Amino acid sequence: MDNTNTNSFQKQKNKEEMKKQLITFVLMIGFTIVAFAIVATNAMDKMFAVPLLLILAVVQVGFQFYYFMHMKDRGHEFPSVMIYGGVFAAMLTIAALVAIVWW
Amino acid sequence: MSIAAAQKRGFGAFLWDYLTTVDHKKIAHLYLVGGGFFFILGGLEALFIRIQLIAPENDFISAGLYNEMFTMHGTTMIFLAAMPLLLGLMNAVMPLQIGARDVAFPFLNSLGFWLFMFGGILLNCSWFLGGAPDAGWTAYTPLSAVSPTHGVDFYVLGLQISGAGTLMGGINFLATIVTMRAPGMTYMRMPLFTWTTFVTSTLILFAFPALTVGLFLLMFDRMFGSAFFDVALGGNSIIWQHLFWIFAHPEVYILILPVFGVFSEVIPTFSKKRLFGYTSMVFATMLIAFLGFMVWAHHMFTVGLGPVANAIFAIATMAIAVPTGIKIFNWLATMWGGSITINSAMLWSLGFIPSFTIGGMTGIMLASAVADYQYHDSYFVVAHFHYVIVGGVVFGLFAGLHYWWPKMFGRILNEKLGKIGFWLFFIGFHLTFFIQHFLGLMGMPRRYWVFLEDQGLDTGNLVSTIGTFLMAISATIFLINIIYTSVKGEKASADPFDGRSLEWAISSPPPYYNFKQLPLVRGLDPLWVEKMDGKDNLAPAEPLGDIHMPNSSILPFIISFGFFIAGFGFIYQTDHQAWNFAIFIGMGIALGSMLMRSLKDDHGYHISKAELEREAD
Repeated sequence: MDNTNTNSFQKQKNKEEMKKQLITFVLMIGFTIVAFAIVATNAMDKMFAVPLLLILAVVQVGFQFYYFMHMKDRGHEFPSVMIYGGVFAAMLTIAALVAIVWW
Repeated sequence: MSIAAAQKRGFGAFLWDYLTTVDHKKIAHLYLVGGGFFFILGGLEALFIRIQLIAPENDFISAGLYNEMFTMHGTTMIFLAAMPLLLGLMNAVMPLQIGARDVAFPFLNSLGFWLFMFGGILLNCSWFLGGAPDAGWTAYTPLSAVSPTHGVDFYVLGLQISGAGTLMGGINFLATIVTMRAPGMTYMRMPLFTWTTFVTSTLILFAFPALTVGLFLLMFDRMFGSAFFDVALGGNSIIWQHLFWIFAHPEVYILILPVFGVFSEVIPTFSKKRLFGYTSMVFATMLIAFLGFMVWAHHMFTVGLGPVANAIFAIATMAIAVPTGIKIFNWLATMWGGSITINSAMLWSLGFIPSFTIGGMTGIMLASAVADYQYHDSYFVVAHFHYVIVGGVVFGLFAGLHYWWPKMFGRILNEKLGKIGFWLFFIGFHLTFFIQHFLGLMGMPRRYWVFLEDQGLDTGNLVSTIGTFLMAISATIFLINIIYTSVKGEKASADPFDGRSLEWAISSPPPYYNFKQLPLVRGLDPLWVEKMDGKDNLAPAEPLGDIHMPNSSILPFIISFGFFIAGFGFIYQTDHQAWNFAIFIGMGIALGSMLMRSLKDDHGYHISKAELEREAD
């Protein structure tokens, strides 16, 4: 790509993209701090802490996929299908082992 | 390049060429030779099993050796024969069908083959080193965890290494199909064989990790004192069964889906009609793959999962009959009203339909959890899976080999020998396995070394053994056919069968760069579309220009050899610490070669436009 093609529209888009990346990055660091704080301070029951940690983790994975790995952008339909396929197969395995073996 | 290729070369140069090749067509040859070798080994093991069972209380081989025979027969046939032969066909044909010059990662392709080969050799070394694995191809714990010889260690390391190779192949094919289709080749214009390669590769990608994990756990239990499967120490031996079948049930679809693709190419070509219900074929393939992940526990109905789990898995299993049925009817409808040529490839396809349908029907019977308590671990199960694997996969392999042989090797396989071979195999196959349904229903258990006299099992077993010999003769005839064809066979034209897809648009065998100019695809069955427009070939999608090619490399061979050495180290370090050196040396060789590959830039080379113009069409 030569620089003459970078019009103001493209510049605006890049700027927004950068903003989103930074916001996500800050949020992820925040989430991590929250997660550590919950465990370190014993602020919550185990009952609440474990599901909350899991939710925070899932959101972070979502950020990772959609913002840092650009799954929200066009042209990433195929990776999305494959990733969700893999998640499906992995969840199935975990669900089966949890439900059938240890329940 | 072209001048050097035209000169007569010595055997050393020929060997070096194949050891270092990254060309998908040559890697396909390697897969076929490697898979063929293990197919013969697995076949010999089958013969020994059947000779042992020819008469009641026979003592042809000892009980321990019999256990090793059936274990290695199953393991070899699934991992080292059927899958590599299919990967060979995929390598040979799929890039041509989508109009690509090679696969996405030629180096990985070569690495995948050599890992498979060294894994297979490692596994079979066990025969000479104190006994082969003897815990069944499923290697159920706790039996496999306590089996005293090093056999199961060889099973674990051999499958781990060859499994890594297969995983690489799967990822490679996925990347190839997603990124390297010729201009105009949309997903819904891809030939069915490419589609099934694609879906199969997805299955490999998602299913093999479960095997990898299972094998690592077993390895740690056997070699490093962990207790994942040891109930006495708080482990759970059922975990192995789950992990194994979460892998191994998709595995049977990894085997059968590619041959569904083969039949979907052979039947339309020789019926002179486009494939009936192309779209439904594609979606049936995906549906089978999807459902294939949710049925593994039907191998474990008698484990005691409880009625709810059993019912869910029974119904999911029966659901698979629907997409499979769609496929069977589509093939029949493709032939309906077509102008049918019956040659060897078509005979194998025609033989497949009833044989596989019988296997599918017994599959539905076995899927009924209640009835399965009767069938479980009897010869009925043995008959069922041989009907689907031999009647499906092996028939498909033979059909595919007859069909694509001219494309791969430039000569047409002899038809007369092909047809004799088919009929011998077809009769032998049904003689061997049909009667086993009844042996199973009469109560003959699977994996038993001997059976007693006068229990109604004598005649059935004799018939079964006779059938096996017919199949062995047929396989020999196929080998003779290969030799006869390579000496005296008729030279193939680019398109000997009046084909429909892209691979028939280039010479047989194709030039090493496949397509001088990438073709422009204008529809499903691209070559047929052009033929119907009165043209004899596809329009190029690009001007003639330099072609970028990958360099050959010996590194994949060396990396795999390193893991092979390390494998021995892992197996024997339980006997003596000195074997740790083998681990260090082997891993050193492998990781060192990987480092070399990473640090040294290899940009490949270009075939210049001038050189391409010199080479006449």
